[in-house]
Amino acid sequence: MVEDLNCFRNQYDSDITTWSPQGRIHQIEYAMEAVKQGSAVVGLKSKTHSVLLVVKRSADELASYQQKLLRIDDHLGIAFAGLTSDARVLSNFMRTEAMNSRMLYGRPLPTYRIVNAVANKAQTNTQRYGGRPYGVGLLVAGYDDAGAHLYECSPSGNFFDYVAIAIGARSQSAKTYLEKHFESFDESSLDDLVVHGLHALADTLQQDKELNLNNCSVGIVGAGTKFATIDGDELQRYLNLQAQSARTQGAPTATEEGDAPAPMDTE
Amino acid sequence: MAPQDWMEAEKQGAVSHAFSPYTDNGGTSLAIAGEDFCLVAADTRQSEGYSINSRYAPKAYKFSNGAVLATSGMHADGHTLAKRLEQRLEWYEHNHGKKMSVGAMAQMLSTILYQKRFFPYYTFNILGGLDEHGKGAIYTYDPVGSHEREGWRAAGSGGSLVQPFLDNQIGHKHQQSPQVPITLEKALKVAKDAFSGAAERDIYTGDMAELFIITKDGVHVEQYPLKRD
Repeated sequence: MVEDLNCFRNQYDSDITTWSPQGRIHQIEYAMEAVKQGSAVVGLKSKTHSVLLVVKRSADELASYQQKLLRIDDHLGIAFAGLTSDARVLSNFMRTEAMNSRMLYGRPLPTYRIVNAVANKAQTNTQRYGGRPYGVGLLVAGYDDAGAHLYECSPSGNFFDYVAIAIGARSQSAKTYLEKHFESFDESSLDDLVVHGLHALADTLQQDKELNLNNCSVGIVGAGTKFATIDGDELQRYLNLQAQSARTQGAPTATEEGDAPAPMDTE
Repeated sequence: MAPQDWMEAEKQGAVSHAFSPYTDNGGTSLAIAGEDFCLVAADTRQSEGYSINSRYAPKAYKFSNGAVLATSGMHADGHTLAKRLEQRLEWYEHNHGKKMSVGAMAQMLSTILYQKRFFPYYTFNILGGLDEHGKGAIYTYDPVGSHEREGWRAAGSGGSLVQPFLDNQIGHKHQQSPQVPITLEKALKVAKDAFSGAAERDIYTGDMAELFIITKDGVHVEQYPLKRD
């Protein structure tokens, strides 16, 4: 029924402070569209680590690939999809908050708090005339006393706690993969976790494209691991693991499916 | 009231009760720069007047870029300055993707100090680390940022006792003996003897000295006990 009234959307979508008769604020939804236009970003976590994986685009063959991972503190990192400039501004805000937390309280900023702070900041822009919402979605990976964390922050001012999530272009394909495998993530080793993430990421690429050293990046944070980005040549090892894992994914392994008979067994 | 009036008033029993934002927490610090190492050290006694506040209140701070800052003067100002410096180092790393060099940090410290020219940090700083060629580097400061790169320096309440000793033993001043670049072993011996000597004669120096040894392999800390009287 709501779809019938789409012809009236244009009357109620000019500014952020106007509700539509259906109880929607279209400007917020338009801001969320900007996130969907950005290249895909995947996040997943185990008991000990939280991992972010991104597809990087380049504007031109001659141009560099856009960085999509930002370090906030030793224990916090973000990946973003949408307006890069908005991501930069929000990351500076998060970095300031993280440093202030260490200065004031002598301890690293808990992940829940920074996500809350970003969401509050984003919400303000949805209730103020003359401004606009942030046009960027963040995946926040953190590790603190309470373990590994993964959150999504949205231009609407909402935030969500996840074990695995993907946002950006064609992220549904990644989510489908994650939904199939997420139950094994908690106990996964770091390598397995990254390989799962790369599989999910690869599913978001268009037909003729593949993951390579230039067009993706991985960010890892966890127990005993400060947030670090893996780029370029260092990625080769993970891409190899992913390629091997993809080749053997057809045949069921003994550990996954129970004791399946080997092909030449006759008994 | 002119100064003569104050003296007259004090003789008659009047006492001035102004609040001072500053206090002197005493203590001695020193630093020695070698060919491939840098030694930065400070004692850990914190005093106020004739009292000891703490036998272990370190006044040398290690930073994430491998530099070490030794402060003396007012402990609160030294501690806060170190916190602010570390924050600036973090921002630098966020914005430039690499750690700040000691030379850049030295210049930055000078500007940070001068920004409070009219309400200074009451600290006498010595910054030590390795320069971009891997050689030991120390920079010495006054409270408002005047600074210079030197080979060795002592500061703090025992500074005037230790400095001539370092001039002789490190710089071979007033000697006609052959000049050899100082080794880490010799620098450590000289530093420890310097602290022991200062602890003998300066009431504000004692308890323990913390020595930070900076090499290309990182920063190693050694603790050297001093007289507790």
